[in-house]
Amino acid sequence: MRVGMRTVVALTGALALSLVSGCAKGGGAGSSSGTVTYWLWDANQLPAYQACAKGFEKENPGLHVKITQLGWDDYWTKLTASFIAGTEPDVFTDHIQKFGQFADLKVLEPLDDLGIDPAAYQKGLADNWIGQDGHRYGAPKDWDTVALFYNQKAAKDAGLTAEQLNSLSWNPEDGGTFEKAIAHLTVDRNGRRGDEPGFDKNHVKVYGLASNGAGDGDGQTQWSNFAASAGWTYTDKKRWGSKYRYDSKTFQSVIKWYFGLAKKGYMAPFTAYNSQSSPGNAQVAAGTAAATFDGAWMISTYAGFKGVKIATALTPEGPTGKRATMMNGLADSVTKNARNKAGALKWVKYLSSDECQKTVGGYGIVFPATPAGTKAAVAAYEKKGLDVSAFTKPVADKKDFTTFSYPITNYAADVYALMHPAMQDIYGNGKSVTSLNRTNSQINLILDQ
Amino acid sequence: MTIASSSPPSRLPLRGAEGAGTTPRTGRARARERGGDGRLAAVFVAPALLGFTVFLLWPTLRGIYLSFTRFNLLTPAEWVGLDNYVRMVHDPIFWDSLKVTVEYVVINIGVQTVSALAIAVLLQRLTQSAVLRGIVLTPYLMSNVVAGLVWLWILDNQLGIGNEIIAGLGFDRIPFLADETWAIPTIALINVWRHVGYTALLLFAGLQAIPNDVYEAAKVDGAGEWRMFWRITMPLLRPVLAVVLIMTVIGSFQVFDTVAVTTAGGPANATNVLQYYIYGAAFGRFQFGYASAMSVALLVVLSAITVLQYRITRAGQSDLG
Repeated sequence: MRVGMRTVVALTGALALSLVSGCAKGGGAGSSSGTVTYWLWDANQLPAYQACAKGFEKENPGLHVKITQLGWDDYWTKLTASFIAGTEPDVFTDHIQKFGQFADLKVLEPLDDLGIDPAAYQKGLADNWIGQDGHRYGAPKDWDTVALFYNQKAAKDAGLTAEQLNSLSWNPEDGGTFEKAIAHLTVDRNGRRGDEPGFDKNHVKVYGLASNGAGDGDGQTQWSNFAASAGWTYTDKKRWGSKYRYDSKTFQSVIKWYFGLAKKGYMAPFTAYNSQSSPGNAQVAAGTAAATFDGAWMISTYAGFKGVKIATALTPEGPTGKRATMMNGLADSVTKNARNKAGALKWVKYLSSDECQKTVGGYGIVFPATPAGTKAAVAAYEKKGLDVSAFTKPVADKKDFTTFSYPITNYAADVYALMHPAMQDIYGNGKSVTSLNRTNSQINLILDQ
Repeated sequence: MTIASSSPPSRLPLRGAEGAGTTPRTGRARARERGGDGRLAAVFVAPALLGFTVFLLWPTLRGIYLSFTRFNLLTPAEWVGLDNYVRMVHDPIFWDSLKVTVEYVVINIGVQTVSALAIAVLLQRLTQSAVLRGIVLTPYLMSNVVAGLVWLWILDNQLGIGNEIIAGLGFDRIPFLADETWAIPTIALINVWRHVGYTALLLFAGLQAIPNDVYEAAKVDGAGEWRMFWRITMPLLRPVLAVVLIMTVIGSFQVFDTVAVTTAGGPANATNVLQYYIYGAAFGRFQFGYASAMSVALLVVLSAITVLQYRITRAGQSDLG
């Protein structure tokens, strides 16, 4: 075959051109002036927000919302990459854990002009999205709390009623009625329960409590409700604190007791956990654990288990006399370099309105941030036959419950990088809880810089 | 059992050998050949050179520059001199991750090279079957991530079929990927599983290049298979083995994806290999300056190891007279 010189040159040129143009184009497609691009990660919520977008487009002729859904892990990687490449969405679903970092990187647009009224949302949700500079960077979208999911049959076999499971209490000394219940739910391979003589803790068939991992620095679905009901808080200030308190005696006694449940054979060992193949919910579904703490965003997942009926119970009452649960809320943020900023702000305004939040609530997959939206969600869950009071009560009843937020500080990623292995070391390798003193001072050193 | 292959197996065709000189050349073509060789060569080299410059040379140089800066990718880089390197020397997690990486490489390369060599020799001396050669290569057709995920599920402590079998046989379950002593060997062996066929095939190609008459002469002199392996195969395979080792060691040091999908560096940093630590610093913590410094360190370590290996194994020379 004779390949002419010219052809070769042309091919080389075409290759080079395609490389260059390929880089330049990226995700710019589809962002015409009337389009607002929007990213979210929860596939379950996609239909609800598509319905919202329809309502929005009807109210704003000429504007079109283009929704992209990406799985949680890819979501943050892609978002980071998009900021660097300049292909970021106009609006995206934001998580409080990432907020500090995005604020540091100055990639968010202030939303002060939207006129968000904190009183229009469940308490505390709106305030969390105000940065250290006093500007608002997120419009409240939804909220979730944590409760105890348990296998109804396992509870019945153990002779535990729903009332009993809803009135448990605990303390870091002997674990209280909570530890008793968890022990009683535990069964070894000879059929002996955890609180019976001759219980073989090394050969457990069903653990009372599943392993949800070591919990990193927040322990959202692991130890956070215990630590908070013992009166501990993550940092010295409610928001933007400058000192973490993992060196607190109270905190360390809670952690020692909590991971001690695994040593006694009542909670699955650290080795039972893998975030990919066997998170707590998979252990409950497989019947290797009877109960686990998990968040409201998992309600429909648990309801969908085949052959296993799941119910929910309140978090146990702690030494402070209150029950505690982490209340976390997502928000919608606008990017600083949004192509269609005016449209983006309009869309966020609509997303945070009662109208859209009631629509989302109607799907019964998440609790929207406005009280009316929450009410619509509760009704929708009820329609599906799901009792969600273990999640809503703590928000409504401030006398018996405390809700608390994720720690909101600078350098959240660095805190994670240090706490992630440190907590695994305690849970998995039996390291002393006092090792957290050193980790804590390292963290506070970073926060000081 | 008889040893097959008294006739030499079909040689691998030399690339580009065919076609040369098959068409009669005209005078014009010959003239163009003489006058335009350099230009034509440049054109042919250009795509590769462009790729090399854009994707290798420039990023390397920029990476070295960034290692002297504090840089979060979104705001301009700020020159900090040797700060990142000072921090690296004082960072216990960096040294720990280097130790973990070396541990991984030793297990991975050790097991992989020995088994690949065994497979290659068996392929050459025992069978001519192309099907078997194909089967040996199949794990390599799978992506690292898929292989990692499949093994993660097989080895899961509670739900994995591997541990179900172990428990069914009456043994205690083994937390392959969740225990700090098991995790690195497990990941190393998962990657051996995936790569051993490919490595065996490279060595097999090397074996094919050893002339058969050497073996015949040895057989006439009464040498057995074992003796022939040590006296003939190993010395004559040395240059190929050396190149394969250099390549696999470099690849092994860059382990990342299997760790990312199976353990994410855990438990408690037990599998926090250097590449994973670098990734976390860059894309998790936005410390691209520090991550670049650690990458430069990895570059230096790898270059040193490669030069050392090349020298020790005399990879550039052959014993084949």
